[in-house]
Amino acid sequence: MTTQHIELTVNGEAREADVEPRLLLVHLLRDVFLMTGTHIGCDTSNCGACTVLVDGESAKSCTMLAVSAEGRSIKTIEGMADGANLHALQQAFWDQHGLQCGFCTPGMIMQASWLLARNPDPTDMEIREGIAGNLCRCTGYVNIVKAIEQAATELRAPASTDAPAEPAVAS
Amino acid sequence: MIPAQFDYVRPAALHEALQILVDRQGDAKILSGGYSLLPLLKLRLASPALLVDIRDIDGLDDIVETTNGLRIGGRATHRQIHENPVVIAGYPLLVDAAGGIGDPQVRNWGTIGGSCAHADPSSDWPAVLIATNASIVLHSVSGSRTVPARGFFLDTFQTAIEPTELLTEVIIPRAPRPSGAAYAKLERRAGDFATVGVAAQLSLGADGRISAAGIGLTAVAEAPFAATGAEAALVGHEPNEATFQAAGIAAAAESRPGTDSHGPIEYKRAMVKEMVVRALRSAATRAQAQR
Amino acid sequence: MADTGLKETPQTTEAVGGMGHSVKRKEDPRFIRGQGEYIDDLVLPGMLWLDIVRSPYAHATIKGIDASEALKIPGVLAVITGADLEKAGLHWMPTLAGDKQMVLPTDTVMYQSQEVCAVVATSRYIAADGVAAVLVDYEPLPVIVDPFKALEPDAFVLRPDRGPDKANNHIWHWESGDRAATDTAMEASEVRVSEDIYIPRIHVASIETCGCIADWNATRGQMTLHMTSQAPHAIRTVLALVSGLPEQNIRVKTHDIGGGFGGKVPVYPGYVLAVVASLTVGKPVKWIEDRSENLQADSFARDYHIHVELGATKAGKITSLKVKTVADHGYTDAAADPSKFPAGLFNVITGSYDFDNAFVEVDGVYTNKPPGGVAYRCSFRVTEAVHAIERMVDILAHDIGKDPAQLRMENFIQPDQFPYKTPTGWSYDSGDYPRALKKALDMIGYDDLRKEQLEKRAKGELMGIGISSFTEIVGAGPSHDFDILGIKMFDSCEIRVHPTGKVLARIGVQTQGQGHETTFAQIIAEELGFPVADIKIEYGDTDTAPYGLGTYASRSTPVAGAATAIAARKIRDKSRKIAAHLLEASEDDLEWTNGKFSVKGSPDKSKTIQEIAFAAYTNHPAGMEAGLEAVDYYDPPNLTFPFGSYICVVDIDRGTGQVTVRRFVAVDDCGNIINPMIVDGQIHGGLTMGFAPSLYEEISYDELGNNLAGTFMDYLLPTAVETPAWETGKTITPSPHHPIGAKGVGESATVGAPPAIANAVVDALWHLGVRNIDIPMTPQKIWAILNEKGVTA
Repeated sequence: MTTQHIELTVNGEAREADVEPRLLLVHLLRDVFLMTGTHIGCDTSNCGACTVLVDGESAKSCTMLAVSAEGRSIKTIEGMADGANLHALQQAFWDQHGLQCGFCTPGMIMQASWLLARNPDPTDMEIREGIAGNLCRCTGYVNIVKAIEQAATELRAPASTDAPAEPAVAS
Repeated sequence: MIPAQFDYVRPAALHEALQILVDRQGDAKILSGGYSLLPLLKLRLASPALLVDIRDIDGLDDIVETTNGLRIGGRATHRQIHENPVVIAGYPLLVDAAGGIGDPQVRNWGTIGGSCAHADPSSDWPAVLIATNASIVLHSVSGSRTVPARGFFLDTFQTAIEPTELLTEVIIPRAPRPSGAAYAKLERRAGDFATVGVAAQLSLGADGRISAAGIGLTAVAEAPFAATGAEAALVGHEPNEATFQAAGIAAAAESRPGTDSHGPIEYKRAMVKEMVVRALRSAATRAQAQR
Repeated sequence: MADTGLKETPQTTEAVGGMGHSVKRKEDPRFIRGQGEYIDDLVLPGMLWLDIVRSPYAHATIKGIDASEALKIPGVLAVITGADLEKAGLHWMPTLAGDKQMVLPTDTVMYQSQEVCAVVATSRYIAADGVAAVLVDYEPLPVIVDPFKALEPDAFVLRPDRGPDKANNHIWHWESGDRAATDTAMEASEVRVSEDIYIPRIHVASIETCGCIADWNATRGQMTLHMTSQAPHAIRTVLALVSGLPEQNIRVKTHDIGGGFGGKVPVYPGYVLAVVASLTVGKPVKWIEDRSENLQADSFARDYHIHVELGATKAGKITSLKVKTVADHGYTDAAADPSKFPAGLFNVITGSYDFDNAFVEVDGVYTNKPPGGVAYRCSFRVTEAVHAIERMVDILAHDIGKDPAQLRMENFIQPDQFPYKTPTGWSYDSGDYPRALKKALDMIGYDDLRKEQLEKRAKGELMGIGISSFTEIVGAGPSHDFDILGIKMFDSCEIRVHPTGKVLARIGVQTQGQGHETTFAQIIAEELGFPVADIKIEYGDTDTAPYGLGTYASRSTPVAGAATAIAARKIRDKSRKIAAHLLEASEDDLEWTNGKFSVKGSPDKSKTIQEIAFAAYTNHPAGMEAGLEAVDYYDPPNLTFPFGSYICVVDIDRGTGQVTVRRFVAVDDCGNIINPMIVDGQIHGGLTMGFAPSLYEEISYDELGNNLAGTFMDYLLPTAVETPAWETGKTITPSPHHPIGAKGVGESATVGAPPAIANAVVDALWHLGVRNIDIPMTPQKIWAILNEKGVTA
């Protein structure tokens, strides 16, 4: 088994690892870095539970090799809150009952953060299309859509709260 | 689901990648966005010995309009194409198709070159390239060659790409104006592969009749194909409902669908007709707007 | 005594957060930060991985297993086969339904993707390599996927292990109601309508798949099983019985569960294999199934072939119902129904309607498919029953030319008829069916929609309106009738009040997203006045939580919720004694309001529950035990019967056969409400899991027994794009026998939604001569009907 040395940034921190080329990014995060907030729900890139941001673009981390992420900047659910301060999306998912079992939630929040960075004022259907690659089995999506609307409103308000005002894109 | 072991290289330049393809002929597979290849590797339906990641090669994702038409780098993502101002301004068919591929994450990373080289019989780009009479540029250590899209998609997961070649670019000619094009896709649910995908492009002559037509169909044969019978039914005719119906009937007749979870053959043929008509209506409306 | 008052407005302050408050969920902070603890998040020191070789054939003889190449891979430690298990007598195990299933086959595989052998390795990746390297020599055998073919006299016998007395594929026959009286009433009916309705196989497909870590400590003789189970206590007992390990040395821990919906009730071979592997190698062994395994091998729901006949007068008064059903259970009956109810509570099929005669019979059948018969977010076959009766009522209405809403109104059990004894023996606790339907009709603007439909039909457009007025049966169940493997279906709560007035409560049920940490705290807050913030709810650790049968069949609130209220009342009773001691007053002179006891007439003389809690440890009356704790094992006197009326509006694309749900109004009545926000969330989710199999989801098989929807590419869970924007409404009719008047809500919408959607689609097509369309109503199916009727675009 040959391994390759990779360096990358995860939630702003420089990380490195020796990995097999076949190691999936999601397993690098979960099994090597022990950051288990990113989940796995399918084998075929359909469910989106493993969604993270890679250089600011949402990606299904089960469909990217760790070696392909070398040198890139990864943002995961663990990087969303600023210490005790929740990100506006985290707060909104809580406020609006946008989660039940919580398994799809990290991927859903990461995808929503990508969506709002690109479209700060999405319509109901734009939100629904924006999370079309993320399956939820519990909520029926109604409250997820409401949560994303709440966060969008919050993030658009100029420095009105302690939530980060800049779009949630990894730098 | 875990892929089998493989080696991995990420060349910094095109010539390096091409040399690797020569050195490891038959063993190597190009990795682009990964959304076609990685699921195959995870299901262990493919197990190449070497993956050649083209991520770091400069100039593979440019989208530029030239006198020959639109040149799209093979590594351009579906989203780059979908949001490109030049594409939006002049190629609504591409906007239609790119915006409906998979889901947002797939569009963020999946590439037009990867999609075409993978040649899933249900993927969207091949139908578009066929309808527009696009050509596909393949590079190898000995130079490059250009293959018409209509001769590129040979069979299920089979293309004209040689093992030593890399798909670097697609070239989409600008249709003579007034023209219009549209992509009509029937899917069971958002993000699903097409039940039927129809790319249609029409140009109108001075007499208002259809002067040129391109119809590419996906998901209804062993590989995406040009519905030449439907094209023949269009050229020289008024762009009206009767013409579109005739083209739809012709396209249904020349499609070769199989029965699968998307439906039986009879249904798919009927959907070819229906979606051809819908694509032609949109294309004609867009063409009329240019008159 | 039972408090059955309406709880439309909260009785406690927002700070206390008792019943009726939309308290934000206490479990959410960890989930929104990615700090949930799901099974695959756990890593134990020295942990190994287990992966499973599965059969590509639906029926085959295993001629040989060659593991030699796999064992050459560095890091592959062992390959466990059926022959290995046979030596320990572990190759078969009992199912919850009293049948038996293979852990690993010794000679024959019975369905595609059945476990064949297990590879134990030092990593997830190496285990997968090991699986790929195992060579299995199969000799394919004939396959039966159709239960009717399985019942033919010359069909081969799938389960010869049952012995020569059972040389057929018939598992059991079950019936309910009065056959003779129903036949007589049916014969006398002026109108008779009948239909064959198939409810296909579907899969719960929780986004988290199943998995476990078995951790055997040989020195301590301790087996700890971390796992995704909706019923951890039952698992512990089954494991003790199967393995022979002493039950006090088995600890099942569930952690956070990423959705269950019934799919995490059964005992899967993977769990047992991990246990065997850990016992063998003496290290923790993790098994996590992937999505394909989950969809192809875990237990399925439904697969009911229902022949149903409804008798009525010409005026539309229902007189009789007769039902004959074939239930396809796959190769073993691994359903999780209560043992006296092999077809679950299917005989609730008389629904919301008042008539005297019904007869229901069901026959269970083996086929070459994975075990079936678990729930899909529904209480024991209630979805099948509701679908059949609600479809039939609609067909009757259309046949006699009466509006389906009107026909329902005329046949409903009326509010003053409760408790209502049904012809199949159930005693409905409470209901107001006309009120719920009236509310739904008003919300959706029914009369205007009917006008619009007529206008559209005149233009050739296809629009339909469908109603479903369902009655559910949940909260299993009373011990005289309900048990699983002999264990009665009580449930439990243990409450400990600490000296500083903070509360720890443990319950026998298991959340998989329902929000138990919040709602059970609200029940205690309601009963004792402690703020929700001061109450911690624990569950899912069999070493600490009281015994319970788990969470499924909407039984958490009806059974464990009742236990929680009763345990809290026991604490309140003791608190009264302590308060009387502290206030030097007679117990009878004390009154309980807002979390404190005060002397009647002297409201300033009072002790708060917190003061009483402190006194329970510092100043309790002589002769009284110190402390403030209580336990209750609640044996419900009856089931609960939530109900509702749903109305769906669909538009059909004549060109493609695609159905779009334009609007969907759901009026639910689940009795008193603990947390309105969570109830709405449960209904949204339930509606979506009713919508999904109505239009998209189906696990089907080809003639060779190949699963045709074995990944999320073909098993189509709805996305946010096509899922309707649900509109919800409520009525409140408390359960008279439940301590807090609640009924349970998690599954109502899954049960009620499919017939509303199916009725809407058939309503859109009725004028073309369409009487029934089986779900899922896919575009290809609808188009074929339109094509046959000659009305495609």
